[in-house]
Amino acid sequence: MVSTLERPAVDWQQVRDDFPVLNSTNAKGQRLAFLDSAASSQKPESVIRALDSYYRESNANIHRGVYDLSERATEQYEAARGKVARFINAATDREIIFVRNTTEAINLVAQTWGRRNVGAGDLIVVTELDHHSNIIPWQLLAEDKGARLEAVRIDAYGRLDLEHLKELLRQSPKLVAFPHVSNALGTINPAAEVIALAHEAGAVVLVDAAQSVPHMPVDVQALDADFLALSGHKMLAPMGSGALYGKLALLDSMPPFMGGGGMIRKVTIGKSTWADVPARFEAGTPAVGDAIGLGAAVDYLSEIGMEHIQAHERLLTGNALEQLKNVPDVVVYGPPDVEDHAGVISFGLGDIHPHDVAAILNEENVAVRAGHHCCQPLMERLELPATTRASFYVYNDASDVDRLVDGLQRARTIFGA
Amino acid sequence: MTDSIYREQILDHNKNPRNKGTLENPEFTYQDVNPLCGDEIRVDVQTNGDRVTEIRFSGRGCAISQAAASMLTEMVDGQTLDDVKAISREDLLEELGVPISPARMKCAMLGLKVLKAGIYGVPPADDAL
Repeated sequence: MVSTLERPAVDWQQVRDDFPVLNSTNAKGQRLAFLDSAASSQKPESVIRALDSYYRESNANIHRGVYDLSERATEQYEAARGKVARFINAATDREIIFVRNTTEAINLVAQTWGRRNVGAGDLIVVTELDHHSNIIPWQLLAEDKGARLEAVRIDAYGRLDLEHLKELLRQSPKLVAFPHVSNALGTINPAAEVIALAHEAGAVVLVDAAQSVPHMPVDVQALDADFLALSGHKMLAPMGSGALYGKLALLDSMPPFMGGGGMIRKVTIGKSTWADVPARFEAGTPAVGDAIGLGAAVDYLSEIGMEHIQAHERLLTGNALEQLKNVPDVVVYGPPDVEDHAGVISFGLGDIHPHDVAAILNEENVAVRAGHHCCQPLMERLELPATTRASFYVYNDASDVDRLVDGLQRARTIFGA
Repeated sequence: MTDSIYREQILDHNKNPRNKGTLENPEFTYQDVNPLCGDEIRVDVQTNGDRVTEIRFSGRGCAISQAAASMLTEMVDGQTLDDVKAISREDLLEELGVPISPARMKCAMLGLKVLKAGIYGVPPADDAL
């Protein structure tokens, strides 16, 4: 891969201007400082335009019509698949399955590969860092099959305890599922190392890449991931877009997920045969426009360059971590070094409840997340009821960090800290 | 700071909650959580068969949930059970005196929900794992 850092510098102000919603202001005239991209990102003009022109010029059902419009829609849908494949360096377009989001991608693997390969007494390994969407599908499968579910422990900074992983791997788990980047703490996990260790133990590996693919270069072949799940809506694409990557040989061996139109080869009332991958896993009319929007988002991100994006977010994260040190009573959770800290900062502010912190920030039109971030086992492990979380993306700049910090000072003043 | 929903009264009730604690042998007790915020509230009530004679609340959570529960205990202390049953969302919002956004409504109403569930004898949710 050619380093995108060699390209001319990015005009981040121009990037920011590409997102119409960021020009909105509240009743006090304050413009939006959007610091909740880890939940869902904003969308640039180019993605909004892609949706608009799809519905104006190319809308039709795909893979069936022999008329021009349907062929155009099919072509654009499959082109989007190719864009996603190249974006994460899949070996072929067929390794990309369009889904609604990371959650659906993981459930797909649990209900197809999982049902076929996990049996009574088998071990499935997740981690204490996982989002509920990478725990519950495995819990459901384990309950169904009488399998066991264990979680790799983390240290106090939210880093995976690789010794504990090795201990669990000695029990020859069928599957290891883990987050590339923690949505709650921003921990960047050593994905290649975890995958290599799991493979040595004979396990299949699923990477929850919802928080990594939008923010850093990810190469599924270099990682040697077996499955990798991502959400389009967290990477500038429409809500309801996402993708599952799977190694072709694995996908080929898997039974269908949902049954319906588009996923069959031959149907009789008694028995049916299945379409090839990826159609086998895309039953029914897919979200064609949203997939095309995902393709447009990938184009947009590639144009900036994922290495530039990673560097930009690292700068903002470093700046924020530094400034937060100067706000009394702020406790930052997660890795202390910016090197293993993605653009997600989880923190507490004295004994002010995170929801109150977020509400006061909202009064200044600063949007952050507060709560358990769909990571109750992690919160339990860290003995926290909730945290406040600020997360960065391409459109954030230093002024957003300043406004976060000012808002926290205001919260302290209001609460008389 | 007049543009903030965190006005003096709410901050005061949050910082110095009224009727905070538990009763040793309450006539009824009920607790519930607001999964959005992780707010937890328990309400213990003693009556003389007709009126609330003692009420305590305990729990943890955001300032809105805790202040609203604290205010609620002041509203119902000495009231008849029928009057307590008649307390509406609007009554409590009026007492709070600040605009509560839809996202925070569950925080504001948790205490009232718990109190009413206790009075009506709603079976507790099975959250035991």
